[in-house]
Amino acid sequence: MNLPAHATRNLDLADLLQTLAAWVLAILWISPLLYAFWAAFHSSEYAIHFNVFAPLTLENFREALSRAPFLRYGLNTFMLVTMLLASQLVICTLAAYAFARYRFAGSNVAFALVLVQLMVAPEILIVENYGTLASLGLVDTITGIGLPYMASAFGIFLLRQTFKSTPRELEEAARLEGCGMFGVLWRVYVPLARPTYLAYGLVSISHHWNNFLWPLVVSNSVETRPLTVGLGIFGAPESGVDWSIISSATLLSVAPLLIAFLLFQRQFIQSFMHSGIK
Amino acid sequence: MGPTSNIMRHVYGWLLLTPAAILLIGFTHYPTVATVYESLFSKGSAIRPSRFIGAGNYESMMEDPIFWKVLSNNLWFAIGTIPTSVALAIGMALLVNRALPGRSLLRLAYFTPTILPMIAVANIWLFFYSPDIGLIDRLLGLFGLPGHNWLGDPDTVLPAIIVMTIWKEAGFFMIFYLAALQHLPPELKEAARLEGASRWYYFRRVVFPLLMPTTLFVLINAVLNSFKLVDHLFVLTKGGPDNASNLLLYYIYETAFSYFDTNYAATLTAVLLAILAVLALAQFFLLDKRIHYR
Amino acid sequence: MLTKLKRSVTGLAVAACMGAGMAAQADTELTMYYPVAVGGPLTEVVDGMVADFMAENPDIKVNAIYAGNYNDARIKALAALQSGEPAQLSVMFSIDIYELIEQDAIVPFDDIVSTDEEKTWLDSFYPTLMENGRTGGKTWGIPFQRSTIVMYYNKDAFREAGLDPDSPPATWDELAEAGKKLTKDDGSQWGVMIPSTGYPYWMFGALTMQNDQVLMNGAGDTTYFDAPATVEALEFWRALGATHKVMPEGTIEWGTLRQNFLEGRTAMMWHSTGNLTAVKNNATFDFGVAMLPANKRRGTPTGGGNFYIFKQTSPEERVAAMKLVKFMTGPEQSARWSIKTGYMGVSPAAYETEALQEYVKEFPYAAVARDQLEFATAELSTYQTGRVRKLLDDAIQAALTGAKSPAEALGEAQSQADRLLRPYR
Repeated sequence: MNLPAHATRNLDLADLLQTLAAWVLAILWISPLLYAFWAAFHSSEYAIHFNVFAPLTLENFREALSRAPFLRYGLNTFMLVTMLLASQLVICTLAAYAFARYRFAGSNVAFALVLVQLMVAPEILIVENYGTLASLGLVDTITGIGLPYMASAFGIFLLRQTFKSTPRELEEAARLEGCGMFGVLWRVYVPLARPTYLAYGLVSISHHWNNFLWPLVVSNSVETRPLTVGLGIFGAPESGVDWSIISSATLLSVAPLLIAFLLFQRQFIQSFMHSGIK
Repeated sequence: MGPTSNIMRHVYGWLLLTPAAILLIGFTHYPTVATVYESLFSKGSAIRPSRFIGAGNYESMMEDPIFWKVLSNNLWFAIGTIPTSVALAIGMALLVNRALPGRSLLRLAYFTPTILPMIAVANIWLFFYSPDIGLIDRLLGLFGLPGHNWLGDPDTVLPAIIVMTIWKEAGFFMIFYLAALQHLPPELKEAARLEGASRWYYFRRVVFPLLMPTTLFVLINAVLNSFKLVDHLFVLTKGGPDNASNLLLYYIYETAFSYFDTNYAATLTAVLLAILAVLALAQFFLLDKRIHYR
Repeated sequence: MLTKLKRSVTGLAVAACMGAGMAAQADTELTMYYPVAVGGPLTEVVDGMVADFMAENPDIKVNAIYAGNYNDARIKALAALQSGEPAQLSVMFSIDIYELIEQDAIVPFDDIVSTDEEKTWLDSFYPTLMENGRTGGKTWGIPFQRSTIVMYYNKDAFREAGLDPDSPPATWDELAEAGKKLTKDDGSQWGVMIPSTGYPYWMFGALTMQNDQVLMNGAGDTTYFDAPATVEALEFWRALGATHKVMPEGTIEWGTLRQNFLEGRTAMMWHSTGNLTAVKNNATFDFGVAMLPANKRRGTPTGGGNFYIFKQTSPEERVAAMKLVKFMTGPEQSARWSIKTGYMGVSPAAYETEALQEYVKEFPYAAVARDQLEFATAELSTYQTGRVRKLLDDAIQAALTGAKSPAEALGEAQSQADRLLRPYR
């Protein structure tokens, strides 16, 4: 470091400016959420008239819960996300295993066809998929909301990459010990792909927790409606909105995911990073 | 019996693929084809059965002012959101890729909007934009500036939605840049420093070109999102006023589920599919062939 | 679904017990969909009414299923038609009538009523509420949860501006005049707000009726969007913002309007009677509720949901379904529904019940919607109703935001509506 003294000072100043910019941007970025928190915990007059000494209240949450069955919606979302992730893991693992280790006839074409779904997401085909679901009698069921997403091209793609990088020798060794096809998959490939599963799982959960359009089309009763759709309906009633109650309903809907994110932020951010590297 | 056995290899391969194949064909490939097929028929009802009309729906689409409106809105929406959010994402990634006080807190602040559902984001922002009583108008009022009907004015409704979308997406894209920055060899920076290169020069001539593959990946995703993401319209504007904020997918939803014209909705979907196909080709050729480290 | 079913079964068991040993078999089973704009407590009201019905009719079992908003209910009903899921009746948007007829989904009540008593029952409702339920000489829908538009005004603001709080504007001119006195220069208070998102066509239906013009014919195959009186009505709406400066320019959000009113940002607002309870509970100032002002006459469209009976039903189911409809729309139940929700009683007899008379005495504004019925007209409803409505909505918004002149916007909407409706004439 034989830089002249004034250059170091300049660098320090630049560093300081960057740090300042980073913080200003961060405060700007987080303030809408903080505002929603503020509104949710204060009565509606304070949502509009900002007052630091305004009394805190949980009344908005009580009111939101009494007006719409958010707990039930939460349960629906939970069931949807769990069921979906479980089926995705199984279905994508099998398909990825086939693509990674069985060079079967037509596998290249098949793989290309799988990748089509990366571009043509099921929500784009709502019209036809709704028709399909209606003919299967699955409209207004949680299974129906999940079905189009169960075979995930993204999941197949990620797992295939991971499986491919698994050393062949490990597979040979497992076979010598008498493992069959599924034995090898279960004992060798799946354990080694654990980081990929975690990454995919977190991305899938947050995507489907937040998904709206397709569930809106398919669900039309309290028993199937996920949180996002419940919130969407709640936020646009015929007779107008009460700001604080909407805010608390919004927080109720995002709370589980937000808390999970805050607790496991490192894993979340790593997962999203991981999932982006193709 | 292992993958070495020739016939069994094919059988096992296809058997493993079957569950995924059925679902993908059922919910991606079949509906894609069916969309194009349905678009060739007229709207049917119990009294008036649907009949083959060839390109009839496409002809009406060409004359449909709303179609052209939503298409151009989609374009402006993409132009408005993508460059800004990508630039912000790079900026954020650079800002938090160094050692600085509270780095993980900063990352958290940038990334949190990403984790929220768009519908919730729209609920929060609806109140910011609300005329007179909304937060933005109140802040303007503090400075003695007049309020504005942000979502009720066709000139400001799309920009208002664009700002919200940038807020939601920049942090998401930041993640990919952070990942890319972490893979840059640290010697590069040292070398640049020794040569006395300015920070800006170093970024422009070294970092930015190296980030090119990430930028392209992010760009494609951003464009896809701009067509896929319409959730906020349900809460904020319903596409209004006078379609000033309407987007193609929302128009498809309206056509299919409010007007029950599934055939015209299929026609519009076919256009959307064509756009996505072009994007896919662009990704294929640009990402895989042209972009190399310069 | 299962819990609902269980609850219904329990309800039935209770009903059977109350029938005290009578051979209480559920001979007919009905599934009914109903929408409620805001969920929660209202579902309990419906559940309670249905339970009472089953107690009175132990041979009929009713599964009442909350189906979301009006749009959800319609989609669900039409989807059920295709998939063969059994539903016998539903409460749906009153303006869905043509869509349902076109899909051959519903059966007219005239085909089900047999006795003279039942025939007179068809005529026992407010005639204006029947307008959206009748076409081609037949009755397809029976009014259940219905509303009109009323004007809420801030009496304190009236006093402050030197206006008489007990005589709200009764004509368009008075509205503009009062609005000018009420609008503050610093933008902290507007004179009046008429919402123009969500249901602009509905608000516009009031303005056109006040100008003595309807928006469509009774057959639902012709619209009058470009009639001179219609254009004039839109010009007036636009002028409130552009010329008189008593209303903000651009569109006004339906959902947040009530908050604006409660915050004192507007001295008057036009809104659904469905807001009455919320305004009553939240206003921190002295407020009033008035009929909408008149130009050539007074006027408002009705709004809300009707009962429909589906076509894919057996004769026994139809009779049972009609019994249920009769019960739910009868004076006692209608009064109960009105008090609990703010929707209006659907027949004069409902307002003669002790419960509703008591309530009106206590809270006279609850009767404004009823008194206004005399001037009411049907809500915009045609074949291809979703699309035609959207055409008008877009034209209104284009004019209010100044993108097009009222005449131009409405002319375009009319020619497109003509194109859509021609096949039905």
